[in-house]
Amino acid sequence: MRVSVQTDPFDLGAESNAFAAAQTTAGAVVTFTGLVRDNGGTLAAMEIEHYPGMTERAIRAIMDQAVGRWSLEDALVIHRHGRLTAQEPIMMVATAARHRADAFAAAEFLMDYLKSRAPFWKKEIGTDGAEWVAAKAEDEAALTRW
Amino acid sequence: MIDVLYFAWVRERIGLPRERLETSAVTVAALVDELRAREERYEAAFADLSSLRVALDQELANFDAPLAGVREVAFFPPMTGG
Repeated sequence: MRVSVQTDPFDLGAESNAFAAAQTTAGAVVTFTGLVRDNGGTLAAMEIEHYPGMTERAIRAIMDQAVGRWSLEDALVIHRHGRLTAQEPIMMVATAARHRADAFAAAEFLMDYLKSRAPFWKKEIGTDGAEWVAAKAEDEAALTRW
Repeated sequence: MIDVLYFAWVRERIGLPRERLETSAVTVAALVDELRAREERYEAAFADLSSLRVALDQELANFDAPLAGVREVAFFPPMTGG
């Protein structure tokens, strides 16, 4: 299981292919990719801050929980920080399991927890000022379904 | 001595990313009270604790958690990863 917290862009196709190719017992691979969304065409950039040290620990702890709950063969989390522009990939999650139900559920679980429990903070730099993205109540509420 | 870290708008309001403090505070809440009493910019950052989160030695914690043995305290807004 790999966690990468990085400023560099990642190649979604290459990462997905390498992840799938490394599997020896899985019958299902699920991937999710988050892109920088431009609400209304006013986004100049998105700056993502994180807490070096805690970020990796928190993501590992979330992965460990996923492994404890589903029958997973492997998992991957890549999350970028620094300055990104609209439509750039921010992060990706991949899960591998013998059957798809485990891979889908674990990927959703990882996404829900990464949103609210991994120490990243997004700031939208707009054409008319900058603003920190506020956490959504629905993102916090999403954790209760697990 | 304890390292205190600030992230996102907490860092911006206080005007620095981290500092080393001598404190006699027994809990996170007591440390927050000490900080708020220091200067207006701390008061502004800690005005609403419901909009803040805290981590002790890189693990999420509550404001009533004890500080005994803790080396690093971090204050930040609710996280917006993913």
